[in-house]
Amino acid sequence: MWEYTDKVKDHFLNPRNVGEIEDPDGIGEEGSIACGDALKLTFKLDKDKRIADARFKTFGCASAIATASALTEMLKGKTIEEAQKITNQDIADYLGGLPKEKMHCSVMGRQALDKAIAYYRGQPQQAVEGRIVCECFGVTDQEIEQVVRENHLTSIEEVTNYTKAGGGCGNCHPAIQEIIDRVLTRPKSGIAEKKPKLTNIQKIKLIQETLDREIRPSLQQDGGDIELIDVVGDRVIVATRGACAVCHASELTMKNFVEHKLREFVSPELTVEEEAS
Amino acid sequence: MKTIYLDNNATTRVAPEVLEEMLPYFSDLYGNPSSMHSFGGQVGKTIREAREKVARLLGASEDEIIFTSCGTESDNAAIRSALQVRPEKRHIVTSRVEHPAIRSLVATLAAQGYRVTEVPVDNLGRLDMERYENSLTADTAIASLMWANNETGVLFPVEEAAQMAHRKGILFHTDAVQAVGKVPIDMSQNNIDMLSLSGHKLHAAKGVGALYLRRGTKFSTFLIGGHQEKGRRGGTENTAGVIGLGKACELAAQKMAEENTRVKHLRDKLENGLLERIPNSRVNGDRSNRLPNTSSISFEFVEGEAILLLLDQFGICASSGSACTSGSLQPSHVLRAMGVPFTMAHGSIRFSLSVYNTEEEIDFVLGKMPQVIERLRSLSPYWKAQQSAAAAG
Repeated sequence: MWEYTDKVKDHFLNPRNVGEIEDPDGIGEEGSIACGDALKLTFKLDKDKRIADARFKTFGCASAIATASALTEMLKGKTIEEAQKITNQDIADYLGGLPKEKMHCSVMGRQALDKAIAYYRGQPQQAVEGRIVCECFGVTDQEIEQVVRENHLTSIEEVTNYTKAGGGCGNCHPAIQEIIDRVLTRPKSGIAEKKPKLTNIQKIKLIQETLDREIRPSLQQDGGDIELIDVVGDRVIVATRGACAVCHASELTMKNFVEHKLREFVSPELTVEEEAS
Repeated sequence: MKTIYLDNNATTRVAPEVLEEMLPYFSDLYGNPSSMHSFGGQVGKTIREAREKVARLLGASEDEIIFTSCGTESDNAAIRSALQVRPEKRHIVTSRVEHPAIRSLVATLAAQGYRVTEVPVDNLGRLDMERYENSLTADTAIASLMWANNETGVLFPVEEAAQMAHRKGILFHTDAVQAVGKVPIDMSQNNIDMLSLSGHKLHAAKGVGALYLRRGTKFSTFLIGGHQEKGRRGGTENTAGVIGLGKACELAAQKMAEENTRVKHLRDKLENGLLERIPNSRVNGDRSNRLPNTSSISFEFVEGEAILLLLDQFGICASSGSACTSGSLQPSHVLRAMGVPFTMAHGSIRFSLSVYNTEEEIDFVLGKMPQVIERLRSLSPYWKAQQSAAAAG
């Protein structure tokens, strides 16, 4: 038996906002009956361009129903811009978490929302974005890349839990591994440029997050570590630990790897310095 | 809330008579049956009696019964023994709808270099006997087919299949875990070499099973250790479990008729009642040739896990072949092998009854099930479309 949170059970047993809005402003459908779950999401805006009502119809298991119900609750009162920021993790968090094998339900919610917003904006619904990687469940490379990036996935099993890709015949496992490797080693550039000007606090927080997520795991693999000491303007001061501290290549590591990552994810102006010992 | 237990192919309650028989062997009679003293020896005597009872249910002799820890162990012991005693043969024949105890085992063996043929079934779950016979070759060490399918209850003609195997000098094993106690089995009238059974599927305890090994069949020990089970299975006997299994087999022989009349009647009442009350539902498997206690029904446009969790609210226990309940992402391999459409497979529910079920319980389920399906269909984006299509057509 799955261990569902009380909130998941509540949204499954007492689903909110079931149905379809007539003449909706946004409509998005995701999944299929063959895949075992499917969601139809509709919403309508009020005169202030906020979501006045959101409704869903779901074919699927308890968590598929609960995530759709939760998503409609989360959407109400939000502007389109705010709604667009909802991630699959936000939906899972709203429910107090989902079993990892059920994360694909939250991804389905997010994907239906993307489609509904695209519909509202009059963007054409693309039949398939990217190249199909998983034939069994019809999952594309772009979809896989997005969940790997957004949820920091590192294994095929995780990708299967989030997207179902690889959960059938297993023939696509090498292709999924390639995508994971690509994302882990070469994060998409251009993310930093799109980011609005950061406050100092935001910048420090983002630097810390980037260190934790993008840099430390690689260093730790080689027995090293890195710690953020201070941020002075665009100068990031760090201290190396473990193998890095005594490694002759550590200076090179600083310049080429850490700085590269921080510039990419935080700000192109950043320079990295090692703490004077 | 009262529990209405309709999941007896998963496990059964221990019969009160069985429990009573077992209890002394946890307390006063804790001796080791292998001991020289009479305190242990008296346990050995009861185990012999248990062995006789198991043998009697199967129409076998007591020296043909090896006690094991479960059905899975019996299956592993049988297949691995056949490969050991015929090391020059590298081919295994089985079906596409076997229990994981066989399926995962042969997959592991395939990875080690054995060749495995999984014979397909038709859309009623019936084995393709022609394909089966043609797949038996000079290189085949063993053929293993289940007697009754755990999901659909469909019976395989294992006695005929054993004859086909024997004609080509191939050993034959059957996983009869679901069949023992529900359908008559007489090993003196067939030439099946090995048969697996499990205690907890027939109202004995979990953790005990048996392997029938036809007299004269060469055997290679799976669990190597002491001289227990005539050196064919090491390890101190699960005395209470084995003695309980003996009692359960004795009871099963007595209740076999009830199983095939009263229990069958309840199953049919439940099945026909659900088909009548719930549109877009259908039975999976050959209704004319299956276990008397099992019904696999699919309800279109809804998903099995959601059905089970709503039934759980009423204390009703069943199981499903849907993807979400299997822990994998695809519906059960049995339903897929039968070519059940995905729209149906995801909404499949298995009800499996026992002699402990009552007419009132079946009436209760018949009262609740339509509203459960109705409720989930009202959430389903496919149901309305289906309804309007039906109205238009």
